[in-house]
Amino acid sequence: MNLSPLQLCLLFSSALFCIGLIGVLARSNTILVLLGVELMLNAANLNFIAFWRYGPAPAPATGVIFVIFAIAVAAAEAAVGLALVIAVYRHQRNIRLQEANTLRG
Amino acid sequence: MIAFLLIALGTLGTAAVALSLRNLIHSALLLIASWAGIAAFYLWAGAEFVAFAQVLVYVGAVSMVVLFAVLLTRRSREDLAIARESIGRAIGALIVGGAVLGVLALAVISTPLATAPEASPPAATVHTLGLQLMGPHAAALLIVGLLLTVALLGAIVIASTDTPEKTKNTT
Repeated sequence: MNLSPLQLCLLFSSALFCIGLIGVLARSNTILVLLGVELMLNAANLNFIAFWRYGPAPAPATGVIFVIFAIAVAAAEAAVGLALVIAVYRHQRNIRLQEANTLRG
Repeated sequence: MIAFLLIALGTLGTAAVALSLRNLIHSALLLIASWAGIAAFYLWAGAEFVAFAQVLVYVGAVSMVVLFAVLLTRRSREDLAIARESIGRAIGALIVGGAVLGVLALAVISTPLATAPEASPPAATVHTLGLQLMGPHAAALLIVGLLLTVALLGAIVIASTDTPEKTKNTT
């Protein structure tokens, strides 16, 4: 089996994505779930860089610019998510996901 | 290629250990190491500007926000280790994650991906990046700035105390 560097990078990013997915599904602490989502976002950024670096007919900077915008949006998402965690904690004195079910119909 | 394997093993190992620990502070610190490993991968791939942006945003800013959230949401001084998770959820998550990983790995390995023949990275210096950002992507840059402003103001509104009388009494 002879893997190209692009395939190695894609395997790396898919393994990171699955670690984030397992963390999101297995943990019940809201902060850890949010960190798992952040890992999955980072895995997507790894794919952009891998295809920019090894893909056919590389455009000058498109992949890099896309990753910069993705990092900016991910930073906003992390700030809002952790503010939500603090708001939930202030209401329930707890950040377990199973007990934050006040809105359940 | 040896450097890539070391970076990948370090990143994946720290991420996996971080998401399986029970101490939240240790998890946050290990995830900082994992994000630094991702920045090292960007450096290895030749995207220096993205590597420094990753260090600034994740290793510098998001990690601090996460640490503050961990410290603000514990009930007592000793309340750092969270309760043990249920085994059923962990087994289900491992099965789902393993299945997704298997599908992704099989798809990546069996797809004949067209790669560039040369080994040198495409030129993306800070000069060309700045010209691209200010030229064709100027509208997107402005929208991202607006989005960041609105999101951070919204985060402050969500996380702040809602009753002004209570804060007046405490101060």
